[in-house]
Amino acid sequence: MPILELRNVSKTFGALKVTQDVSFSLAAGEALGIIGPNGAGKSTLFNLITGNVAADAGTILFDDRDVTKAPPMQRCMAGVGRTFQIPQPFAKLTVFENLLVAAGFGAAQTERDATDRCAEILEDTGLVKRANAPASTLSLLQRKRLELARALATDPKVLLLDEIAGGLTEGECEALVETIRAVHARGVSIVWIEHVLHALNSVVQRLLVLDFGKVIGIGAPEEIMGSTEVREIYLGIKV
Amino acid sequence: MIWLDTILQGVLLGGLYALFAAGLSLVFGIMRLVNLAHGDLLVMAAFLILVIVTMFGLNPFLAALVALPIMFAIGWSLQYFILNRTLGDDILPPLLVTFGLSIVIQNALLEGFSADSRRVPAGTLETMSLPLGPVTVGLMPLLTFLSAVAVIVALNQLFYRSELGRAFRATSDDAVTAGLMGVEPHRLFATATGIAMVVVTIAALYLGTRANFDPTIGPARLIYAFEAVIIGGLGSLWGTLLGGIIIGVAQTVGAAINPEWQILSGHLAFLLVLLIRPRGLFPRAVD
Repeated sequence: MPILELRNVSKTFGALKVTQDVSFSLAAGEALGIIGPNGAGKSTLFNLITGNVAADAGTILFDDRDVTKAPPMQRCMAGVGRTFQIPQPFAKLTVFENLLVAAGFGAAQTERDATDRCAEILEDTGLVKRANAPASTLSLLQRKRLELARALATDPKVLLLDEIAGGLTEGECEALVETIRAVHARGVSIVWIEHVLHALNSVVQRLLVLDFGKVIGIGAPEEIMGSTEVREIYLGIKV
Repeated sequence: MIWLDTILQGVLLGGLYALFAAGLSLVFGIMRLVNLAHGDLLVMAAFLILVIVTMFGLNPFLAALVALPIMFAIGWSLQYFILNRTLGDDILPPLLVTFGLSIVIQNALLEGFSADSRRVPAGTLETMSLPLGPVTVGLMPLLTFLSAVAVIVALNQLFYRSELGRAFRATSDDAVTAGLMGVEPHRLFATATGIAMVVVTIAALYLGTRANFDPTIGPARLIYAFEAVIIGGLGSLWGTLLGGIIIGVAQTVGAAINPEWQILSGHLAFLLVLLIRPRGLFPRAVD
């Protein structure tokens, strides 16, 4: 049974068709990777799913419910969690407070449950030592971890990761992938936009290729990476 | 001794200005909304207290207690149904709408209560005083000041120690991301304005019992409130109290020198502080 399904979703910004007739479904517990060149409409796809951008046409189903018209806050409470490509922590709040906002409102937990849950998440994401630091003082890796931790605090059924491994060193990336794999193992479905392919391919079961807002391929990673069309468009290799 | 007394009176008056300003500061801090009708809402609350006092013969403090939930509801609805629609990247719509609201409230009050000066009768409390060392202070001014301190302590507790306060700060930081974390900004903003109106009602209690008021005095109170907020540094509630005190002291000292100088010296003190510290006494680190 799909947890998330997009049916013929389209979006234009002026004359620019950023999303064209996109359809795909995500099975509960699945991890799906999204790749495509810059400007292919990957982040817009996430904005459509979270409700920050309204779809011009098509239907978005989440957990068997039509959420096409639902505001972001309702989708968050239904179980859509996301991280941003450029981390957007609440800079003046501490790391722990960032999580508490997400747990208290996004997961509608009582103060006490939220406190316990957030402490666990800090542990899982390796942020315990920075719990009481203002978010503005974090390093890039810590900010990325905070993005992940805060999304987890909303208790998501589907986690949307937007280039979370970008800009990290090899070692940092490895550690973050380990955390994501653990989250996935706990049953959270994942949609992950990423340019760091080896990180992506070590977690996802399927890859979706997006180019000029269109889905040009979806399937097992080795199958996708082997297709000439994808190699030409995405990797820029003439075959 | 007369000077000590003058300065003390100014400090206590500053408490009243801080009460005017705290609600303004709260709303601005959370949603970057400058409410030009703040002074008129204050006068409206004073009339509401007056009506409750005259209709039910209640003590003004009890009347204010009755007025609190009414003003909260008015603030909540005002924000939810009207002001939320004006918020966005453009700062002009909220200014225009609240300016219009200011005129509407003034004229509605004129229509309902005429242009006569009114006062909320506080009975013997008005004249009671306490000896404080070498000087004597009026009970009402002292209560005003203590209420201002209590309001600021309570607002700080709310802001930094509660779930609602965290959501206020998160939304003030980044409303779009807060929405993705399950915070509904429109309801949250409505609650914030409701709380601001609760503070306004407390301010109106002291405004109404301390001096005469009529439907047109709102904008002048708004200016004192603005000055207190700006001197203090936008977003700092303790700064707002200090800002109120500076204006209050400047006014009483000015009045002691020459009664005509009262208002002028308050504004001069404001300009002087701006000249030395353009961002206020306690500016936020980043804005």
